[in-house]
Amino acid sequence: MRSLKVLLLAASLLAGLAVSAAQAAPVDVQWWHAMSGVNKERIEKFANDFNASQSKYRVTASYKGSYTETMNAVIAAYRANQQPHIVQVFEVGTQSMMMSGAIYPVYQLMADTGHQVDWSGFIQPVLSYYFTPDNHLLSMPFNSSTPILYYNKDAFAKAGLKDPPKTWQQMDEYVHKLGVSGQKCAFATSWQSWVHLENYTALHGVWFATEDNGFKSLDAKLQFNQPVVVKHFELLQSWVKEGLMSYEGRGAVPDPAFSSGKCAMQTASSANYGNFTRDAKFAWSAAPLPIEAGYPVRNSTIGGATLWVLKGHAKEENEGTAEFLGYLASVPVQVFWHEATGYVPITMAAYRQAKTDGYYNANPVQEIAIEQLTRVAPTPVSRGLRLGNLVQIRDVMDEESENIWSGKKTAQQGLDDMVRRGNELLRQFQQMQKQ
Amino acid sequence: MVKRVIFRERLLPYLLLLPQLFIIGVFFYGPATDTILNSFLLTNPFGLGWKFVWLDNFIYLFARSEYLNSFLVTVVFSLGVMAVSLGFGLLFALSTHRVTLGSGFYKSFLIFPYAIAPVLSGVMWLFIFHPTIGVASFLIRSVGINWNPLLDGTQAMIVVVLAAAWKQISYNFVFFLAGLQAIPLGVLEAASVDGANAFRKFVSIVFPLLTPTLFFLMVVNVTYAFFDTFAIIHAVTNGGPGQSTNILVYKVYADGFIGLNLGSSSAQSAIIMFIVICLTVVQFRYIETRVQYEMT
Repeated sequence: MRSLKVLLLAASLLAGLAVSAAQAAPVDVQWWHAMSGVNKERIEKFANDFNASQSKYRVTASYKGSYTETMNAVIAAYRANQQPHIVQVFEVGTQSMMMSGAIYPVYQLMADTGHQVDWSGFIQPVLSYYFTPDNHLLSMPFNSSTPILYYNKDAFAKAGLKDPPKTWQQMDEYVHKLGVSGQKCAFATSWQSWVHLENYTALHGVWFATEDNGFKSLDAKLQFNQPVVVKHFELLQSWVKEGLMSYEGRGAVPDPAFSSGKCAMQTASSANYGNFTRDAKFAWSAAPLPIEAGYPVRNSTIGGATLWVLKGHAKEENEGTAEFLGYLASVPVQVFWHEATGYVPITMAAYRQAKTDGYYNANPVQEIAIEQLTRVAPTPVSRGLRLGNLVQIRDVMDEESENIWSGKKTAQQGLDDMVRRGNELLRQFQQMQKQ
Repeated sequence: MVKRVIFRERLLPYLLLLPQLFIIGVFFYGPATDTILNSFLLTNPFGLGWKFVWLDNFIYLFARSEYLNSFLVTVVFSLGVMAVSLGFGLLFALSTHRVTLGSGFYKSFLIFPYAIAPVLSGVMWLFIFHPTIGVASFLIRSVGINWNPLLDGTQAMIVVVLAAAWKQISYNFVFFLAGLQAIPLGVLEAASVDGANAFRKFVSIVFPLLTPTLFFLMVVNVTYAFFDTFAIIHAVTNGGPGQSTNILVYKVYADGFIGLNLGSSSAQSAIIMFIVICLTVVQFRYIETRVQYEMT
């Protein structure tokens, strides 16, 4: 009798251990991202903090290279059925991800896993870029930025300037005054197509493409080669010719031109706040992007990246994904991320928290991007773009811009060629979807 | 009676060849076949569907002026790389092959660049010639030339040709040196006795006897210029400015991995392979006949 009791006790203990072992193994959630340097550490901090706060899920963040490389890695992984749960994709990859058939829309994920999300509590311009035609969210915003104008206060003082310029006409005066005061480079720009085409058209009510900038259908055709845009490029081209504007390269490569003090004014991403604070050894500040005199104020569009959820995972893994996305959107995480990097907070609650903390009194530059995005409600012309092959179209815009700056083509020719070549890429994308 | 060695094993030769055949099959024939197949398709990048489109990818390519420009750029680039790397390789070989004092030092340092990965070579030249922070840029500008390879296509081409050729000079140097060492001294001494000066000796004796080496190096250099220079373009110019350094192999990457158009990228890859095969055949058929393997 006694030996039977011992046997039963042992058996139940083992069974209990087995059950608890199965329960103790956390569900694995893979997150692929493209943030390097200090942002990579912050991302890992988010994953670790989330893992420490609960024991049901375990998030692993993996750095996969640049945005393009991360997207390629995801495509290759999907083909091999090894895709992660969450992937960070830049805004220009939106259409490709949307039409891929490989994604699990975020609004659906939240609904399916029983998460109630108050989408109206989010900063609308950050969401509207990623909406379906009936305003449902496809991917979760994470690091959103908008371009602003940075200026070197010391260089301004030397040229007898104080307040930042508000219009492009004023920019023209400022650029010339800086040149006269001996400033080698008065102006440069990062992400030339994002700032001077995508945002310029949004800010001035010019359609970048037909079909509501591509939101309505794949039949969209580019049409940003309007007279106002041509005139703007002619102005910039004249600055390059006079040696007042320096072409510093594509994408984010020109960023150090401002922080090194080479260029007195620079249009660049608001997310440079962290870098410039650390690297610039002179007094600097920032202002909203200039607009043409006589135009009403509009909102700018966002850049940066969002988090997409991929299909092909078990239900409990998806629940983990939903939990983690909710965690990333929480106020403490958003406030920390915003204050450290310069990316905008994605919820009004986080924005209000930072305000009540008095953060913007000490760091007024940080509020510029948010105000520029929210100063008016976005309209269809300033919602952003939904175009296929946008990555390649951006390369085309970079190439033709280079032809304009070097004087090889006039502004009209360059812009016309951008539209022509971009339209070819759009038709190619459209054809590829017809399967 | 001629003694003939016969191996009785029937299966063994095939087994011995199998590893090598396996490697060639997996790393060359497999991907090459895949590429050619893909060039006839229009595929969804995520692998969720494909469509057979016959020769549409090829027709589309040749109708684009950008692709024809890429051809031109590649020809200019390849000729530039070959001229610089073969020319300097030969020059250095001629200069060092008679040196006795410190010859080991010269040879080591001249061969050293070959060990550097192409991408690092590209980044290094980018730094030296960068319009804002480059040492060479500073010197060039002090002479009065407006140096900006970010904007001027010709200047960008100069930088990438230098970056690509720099490594290859070492490779060519090694082979030319070996070729020069193989020339019998007796012939050169006889020529001196006949009153030939250095230039005459080079033209009539050294160069003809170097032709086998030169032929081999030309084949290798053409393959290098067409295929292995991707890393340098990617590191230095990304095909820009405008499209002035958009060589064929870089365009394959840009269209396939940035543009996610795998069909067009495969078609371009197939075309490059075809071109290099043709060039190699041409070289073997027409140029090899002029190579002097022995002294007549």
